[in-house]
Amino acid sequence: MSSFDTETDRGEKASRVSERPATRVVMDAAAIERATTRLAHEIVERNPGLAELALVAIISGGVPIADRLAQELKRIDGPKVFSGALDVTLYRDDVMGHGRRPIPQPTRMPFLVGGRRVVLVEDVVFTGRTVRAALDAVLDFGRPESIQVATLVDRGHRELPIRVDFVGKNVPTSRDERVELQVNGPEDWRVVVV
Amino acid sequence: MKHLLGIETLSREEIERILETTQAMLEISQREVKRVPTLRGRTIINLFLEPSTRTRVSFEIAAKRLSADAINVSASGSSLSKAETLTDMAKNLVAMNADLLVVRDRTAGVPQMLAERVRAPVVNAGDGTHEHPTQALLDAFTIRQALGSLDGRRIAIVGDIAHSRVARSDIYAFTKLGAEVRVAGPPTMIPKGIEMMGVKPCHSMPEALDGADVVVMLRIQRERLAGALFPSVREYAATFGLGFQSLRYAKPNAIVLHPGPVNRGVEIAAEVADAEPSRILDQVTNGVAVRMAVLYLLTGNHS
Repeated sequence: MSSFDTETDRGEKASRVSERPATRVVMDAAAIERATTRLAHEIVERNPGLAELALVAIISGGVPIADRLAQELKRIDGPKVFSGALDVTLYRDDVMGHGRRPIPQPTRMPFLVGGRRVVLVEDVVFTGRTVRAALDAVLDFGRPESIQVATLVDRGHRELPIRVDFVGKNVPTSRDERVELQVNGPEDWRVVVV
Repeated sequence: MKHLLGIETLSREEIERILETTQAMLEISQREVKRVPTLRGRTIINLFLEPSTRTRVSFEIAAKRLSADAINVSASGSSLSKAETLTDMAKNLVAMNADLLVVRDRTAGVPQMLAERVRAPVVNAGDGTHEHPTQALLDAFTIRQALGSLDGRRIAIVGDIAHSRVARSDIYAFTKLGAEVRVAGPPTMIPKGIEMMGVKPCHSMPEALDGADVVVMLRIQRERLAGALFPSVREYAATFGLGFQSLRYAKPNAIVLHPGPVNRGVEIAAEVADAEPSRILDQVTNGVAVRMAVLYLLTGNHS
């Protein structure tokens, strides 16, 4: 029954701490703070009034970023925005590959998607395959007025024609590097390239 | 090759991995569009050689919610009535490129036998008096949903322990997840040496239900067993049936499970089956999610 193994992380964004080759910090806590504040303002600018806006985090990396954006939007524009979190595991194009299956987390969409402006929130956008899966997943919940994508980091190397609407920072990388958002406490955030 | 043949051979971590996956699958069943594309293009064959409505439909719905093609095969009308062996029939079905076989049979060990002979993952949907692993997984999930965890919980299983595959699988699952399990029923229904499974045998409801967080009532096969293992259905209902009177021995907020189909007025009073402590319909809802989890984790895992 080794297919029921307990490890859940997948390669792309796994937050492994065990091996530590050359790690460089590309965003510290202050830089992340500035970037999320700016992202929030850009989202407001593009979606005035925020009335139909819904922030949907892509689980799991997008969740802390979406939380920050929600707080920031509330400060800028007052009313609470709708928030959800989407697990895209069951929509991925690589999930049925050989090897152990990742464990999906429950999706939370506590609002009607139909007619809303959905902003998908991710920590790092890379090949575009996760965003592609998220687009399909959102559309299973209804017909939104639009879908936009906000990410803290865009590291390039798209494999699909997917573009991002709001970018915190473009980080040039080589394909075999790993980029991760590390959240070690309420204030101790950083983005590292490994 | 990777299969789900029983709970006995699973580790606690493996059980928890399935239950965690089940949580995500449950959310899918609550959507308006209850379907994800994960198993698109995969073929799952439900080989039900013993009558079953609930479990067969549950597996079929589970496969369809994952976008798999589900094909049901039953014993009557199959080539088994032309004296084809079971192994030959299963091999033929797999030769049509089935990606997974779900097997229910009245003989213990049939899923295991097929798992050793065909090139596809096999899921045991109940084999004789041996195991019914997906039932135990959905029972464990339902208990976690109501109580948070099984660790240190007291669980009473009441009924025909000796002939129940549900009881065996439940005992393995509940003890592996840290619960304290008691079993109860007439002496003819409690196998000798049951203590070796890590459970405490009891011979009365007050003893079995004392301080219980969960009461699992098993179906009494009245048509087969009355007069053989106990004197009469009425006497059984009076001694080991669950009514509000006997439920009082358990903790005040104890929950009641039953794998179905329910014999109202025999092992459980109708008013208890329909009342607040009963989680019987939650079990059915959770059953689909558990089976989705198992199909997701196993389909396509050829060696």
